[in-house]
Amino acid sequence: MRDPVGSFLVSTRNAPTAFRPRGDVVCLVRELTKVYPAVRGRRGAPDSPAVRATDGVGLEIRRGEIFGLLGPNGAGKSTLVRQLTGLMRPDSGSVEILGHDVVRHPERAARILAYLGQESSALDELTVSLAAETTGRLRGLEARHARAERDAVLEELGLTAIAGRPIKKLSGGQRRLACFAAALVGERPLLVLDEPTTGMDPIARRAVWSAVDRRRAEQGTTVLLVTHNVIEAETVLDRVAVLDRGRVIACDTPAGLKERVAGEVRVELVWRDRPPLDVPEVAVLRSRAVESGRRWTLRLGPEEARAAVGAVTGGDAFAALDDFTLATPTLEDVYLALGGDAQGLVKA
Amino acid sequence: MSVVPAEVLPGSALPVDEAPTAAELGPRARLLPALCAVYRAQLSRARVARIPLLFVATFQSIGIMVLMRGVVDGGGEARAVVAGSAVLVVAFVALNLLAQYFGQLRADGGLDHYATLPVPPASVVLGAAAAYASFTVPGTVVTAVVGCVLFQLPLAHLWVLAAVIPVAGAALAGLGAALGLLAPRPELATLLGQLGMSAALLLGVLPPDRLPEVVRFARDLLPSTYGVEAFALTFDEHPDWAVVLADLGVCAAVGVASLAVATWAYRRAAVR
Repeated sequence: MRDPVGSFLVSTRNAPTAFRPRGDVVCLVRELTKVYPAVRGRRGAPDSPAVRATDGVGLEIRRGEIFGLLGPNGAGKSTLVRQLTGLMRPDSGSVEILGHDVVRHPERAARILAYLGQESSALDELTVSLAAETTGRLRGLEARHARAERDAVLEELGLTAIAGRPIKKLSGGQRRLACFAAALVGERPLLVLDEPTTGMDPIARRAVWSAVDRRRAEQGTTVLLVTHNVIEAETVLDRVAVLDRGRVIACDTPAGLKERVAGEVRVELVWRDRPPLDVPEVAVLRSRAVESGRRWTLRLGPEEARAAVGAVTGGDAFAALDDFTLATPTLEDVYLALGGDAQGLVKA
Repeated sequence: MSVVPAEVLPGSALPVDEAPTAAELGPRARLLPALCAVYRAQLSRARVARIPLLFVATFQSIGIMVLMRGVVDGGGEARAVVAGSAVLVVAFVALNLLAQYFGQLRADGGLDHYATLPVPPASVVLGAAAAYASFTVPGTVVTAVVGCVLFQLPLAHLWVLAAVIPVAGAALAGLGAALGLLAPRPELATLLGQLGMSAALLLGVLPPDRLPEVVRFARDLLPSTYGVEAFALTFDEHPDWAVVLADLGVCAAVGVASLAVATWAYRRAAVR
């Protein structure tokens, strides 16, 4: 029944595009490709080759789900999102959001979705309250309606107390929350959120996810979430597309993805000083470990894990061991198993 | 292979019969309300970020007038200096600062915010330009009054500033916005804004009779010149209002054209 990692690698390239729609499809992406042209180096600067920022990406996002794009920095998440929001023209491929062709009519995207980008410089010097109200007005709301929605959203997110303060003067997390508030004023069936919770404390995060959940329950709002945080991805996402170098290397529910490495256990070893390579069992483990400083991360079968733990918790090896953990696999392990370069993923 | 559903294998049929009826689009923000919203938001930025710069703009102009007092000997030259210094405040804020603002916004992705809202490009550009032009009002008025006192010019027709600031503001803010949005890098936008301001300073404040022919030609190309000339004419006891109107008309026409270019530049910068 269970299959080694290899078999689904065969199919995932095509899986998202060929998925048969179940329920309403809000966003349908096919064979989306964007290549940044090569740049010739000037005066000593090296040439940079052409980069396929999105490489034949296919996705299908259904109504009411929180769909995630997971990958480390530079995987092409933001480039992909910019193409879905009409901010960037793809070289080829199609994007259809609620029946509208966004590649041909990029201006329509603004009337279907709300976008929270990573940059807040357009709002930075406004007060929280004015940022939310102005955004609502620019989303086509009447003045009275915009003010009412502003008040409701600020209240919902717990921002009323700081409504009169300029966004620039807030802490990173509060600033992010204020921009999220602006994104919510003027209801949209699709929210595109690019790393919305960066820098937020747990209370602010909870405010974000409960605001999202409320809109899902009441209005069937769909969310496209960009994240490099694996823990967040596991807890909030319904489905996730894993990106690596511009390609979707897997697309499934977080549980479904983890199922693929369910036969494995993650073993982390932290050595006090340097690993005792004179212990033969440790020397063998080294070839399978991902080393980062004094920390070794291994993905092993349950039997092997037990043997490894036995080996390092006895004798000389134990004296050199600072800490060890055994854990069930996370999306990060999935990412590694899929051949992605997981450096740059965040666990927090 | 049991984890792979059959339909996802390569070669399986794509769902071709799905022709979903397009969902209704959200409302579009209309030009005027959106313009007002942008204007109000931009104006509020002054409180946070712009006030020190407005002081700089005013002091710079007053300083220039004090310097020029030792050089010019009253009459037409004094009028040119006062008018040029007053319009220089407009150039500093509307051209230089707006070019920097849009250059920065474009470079760091801040334009995405506006580009993902259903707002007419003209609203964003005109709202910002109008706000920056408004920032210049106190500085321009203060400079003009101080100048009149310094050079003993009549204050009677200073009301003409109510026309000079909007038209010169439109022309220079449009130019500034276009430069900021077209410059490939923010440093270049800053540089162009500074150069534009320097041009307004040299060509506007220095009395034209003392300039070489080539520079006088450049002076005629600069839109703020017509604002300066119109303003300078009104220091006469009986100004030739037809010429004043003609000068302001040129300025207004350039304003319309430069704002149109800025709107086009915004459209171009918003989708890359």
